Amino acid sequence: MASVRTDADPQPSGSRAGAGPVLAVRDLSVAYAMDRGAVLAVDRVSFELYPGEFLGIVGESGCGKSTLLFAIAHLLAPPAAVIGGNIVFKGENMVGLTDDQLTTIRWRELSVVMQSAMNALNPVKSIGAQFKDAMKAHGVVSDDEITARSAEVLRMVGIDPIHLKSYPHQLSGGMRQRSMIAMALLFTPDLVIMDEPTSALDVVAQRSLMVQIKTLQAELGFAVVFVTHDMSLVSHFSERLMVMYAGQVAEWGATRDVFDTPRHPYSIGLMGAFPSIKGERVPLTGIPGRPPDLSRRQHGCWFVPRCPKVMPACRETNPDLYPVRDALVRCLLYAGGADGKAAGD
Amino acid sequence: MTETTAEPLLGTDRLTRHFKIGNALSRRTLHAVDDVSLAIGAREIVALAGESGSGKSTIARLLAKLYKPTSGEVYFEGRALSSIRSRKDLLRYRGDVPMVFQDPFSVTNPVYRASHGILRALALHRPELSRQQRHDEAEHALEAVGLSPASDIMQRYPYELSGGQRQRVGFAQALSLRPKLILADEPVSMLDVSIRIGLLNVMADLRDTRGVSILYITHDIASARYVADRLIVMYAGNIAEAGPVEEVLARPRHPYTELLLSAVPDPRAELNVTEETGKGEPPRVIDPTPGCRFRWRCPLAIDVCHSVTPELVELAPGHAAACHVAQTGVEVRAFR
Repeated sequence: MASVRTDADPQPSGSRAGAGPVLAVRDLSVAYAMDRGAVLAVDRVSFELYPGEFLGIVGESGCGKSTLLFAIAHLLAPPAAVIGGNIVFKGENMVGLTDDQLTTIRWRELSVVMQSAMNALNPVKSIGAQFKDAMKAHGVVSDDEITARSAEVLRMVGIDPIHLKSYPHQLSGGMRQRSMIAMALLFTPDLVIMDEPTSALDVVAQRSLMVQIKTLQAELGFAVVFVTHDMSLVSHFSERLMVMYAGQVAEWGATRDVFDTPRHPYSIGLMGAFPSIKGERVPLTGIPGRPPDLSRRQHGCWFVPRCPKVMPACRETNPDLYPVRDALVRCLLYAGGADGKAAGD
Repeated sequence: MTETTAEPLLGTDRLTRHFKIGNALSRRTLHAVDDVSLAIGAREIVALAGESGSGKSTIARLLAKLYKPTSGEVYFEGRALSSIRSRKDLLRYRGDVPMVFQDPFSVTNPVYRASHGILRALALHRPELSRQQRHDEAEHALEAVGLSPASDIMQRYPYELSGGQRQRVGFAQALSLRPKLILADEPVSMLDVSIRIGLLNVMADLRDTRGVSILYITHDIASARYVADRLIVMYAGNIAEAGPVEEVLARPRHPYTELLLSAVPDPRAELNVTEETGKGEPPRVIDPTPGCRFRWRCPLAIDVCHSVTPELVELAPGHAAACHVAQTGVEVRAFR
């Protein structure tokens, strides 16, 4: 799978882990143990992420995107567990590492920015105290060093260091989310995992934060995995885009390519599901039906009940990921290596 | 005011709501809504858009009579809401102007079937109906919002319904009251993208086939454009701009509207990054001084903007903006 890059892609600066991927996920499966059996929330997902790359993962609620992130960050708690596959971070397989071993990686080399900064930040501690906690937990003991670094990362995200003394409730939503990002950058990690960090923000603050993340990424060279339900949000910021459905990769390719020529009927439906503020005002239909219940495994493709292009074979055969030019598409329309045009449009 | 409708279904006159904050030592006032005059006509969807904290939900609550205005008045079919005193009149008003809430997961009682809320609302607001009639009305309403077979949906518990279905139940409950105006506060923002359009289509259908007006409160301009006839843009408790939705999007007169439009992520367009990108947050309006509330972020601000609060003035038929610069006749181009 080639690393597809767009023109807008800033080349990572500084010397990082070399040419190899920062993160290689291979056939990762995560299941939730339920009364009636295991529910496969992430089903054999594979991808590679190179230094300085921005990967967008989109999908609806319940598609497994957050579970996938949690698995990569090693934050899964029972009843969820990794049941197969590897997560190789900078050459080391993270599956099966103990907490002690993880401590040396977490936050120093791999950090996480959660969806709701209001819930992720401790309301009774100042921002500075929380930064200090994180640094002390990872072995920095000098108060001077902690203060200097804390001020530095806050400045990087455009917040006056005076706010190190502020409590979360004294900051606006955008500033809280920015300070979360600042906290993730305390140790200049190689990989920052973001779970819908902008979804609680207004469009203007949202765009401002996205631009900031992108600028910092160009400066510091970290790679980003960015999960969102809003496809249009990542359209300008990610180099590659993964569309997930029912725990599986439905489509996977260069962001621009997926937007310009979506191939999986689900991606096509998603593209046609959000109205535009420009051009003709056209009636849209969205995607009929609802996301599948993963505990009721059916034969064939998960998308069958909602798919406008369903064929008899779709009910029998579990589709693989088929290459179509530089993209991969999990749809039988493309099983023959065809472009899908004959069977599709 | 600046509206074209002769006798609006609902109108507000300089509607204002302040909240006291702070303690005995520091008494301050949060101006959630200031001097808002708007009108909603029959059979139209009006979108009320703005950032969080701009006062749009406060307006919905004022219109639903959940808050009392600090000053100003709301008129429904010509009658002042402040004159509603009896429980009977209040029930009637709430039946005429019901509300649909944002979170479909928290408005339904998990231990009751989907029919419960609708049947209860009917018993309360339309006591003249028999049990059988209430049941039929509920089924009608569910079918009207695209939930069929309705008899099956009625029997289900909330956990058996998807988010989109629950939100449709919310609309069915409002619809069963034979409303004239539905106040919908961010009704689709918690739903998945693929489901949202279906619900927006339901709203358009209610307007077109049943003549219901809807106040659609949203922060999503694209969905406002999709479904609404008119758009009102709020900024920091004031109306910044109001007019026919296509007209406002094609020729925004207020710099804030421009900023908002430029920030909407659109995969079909180039990324627009302006000077504003670095700052981008609305103020909390605590004890404001006179002057335009957007002046700190506005690249076009002139002297008068710092001392005089701009009034909402009609600049084209049905299209009004509260901007000193736009009112001089200059074409506003701040963020393009």
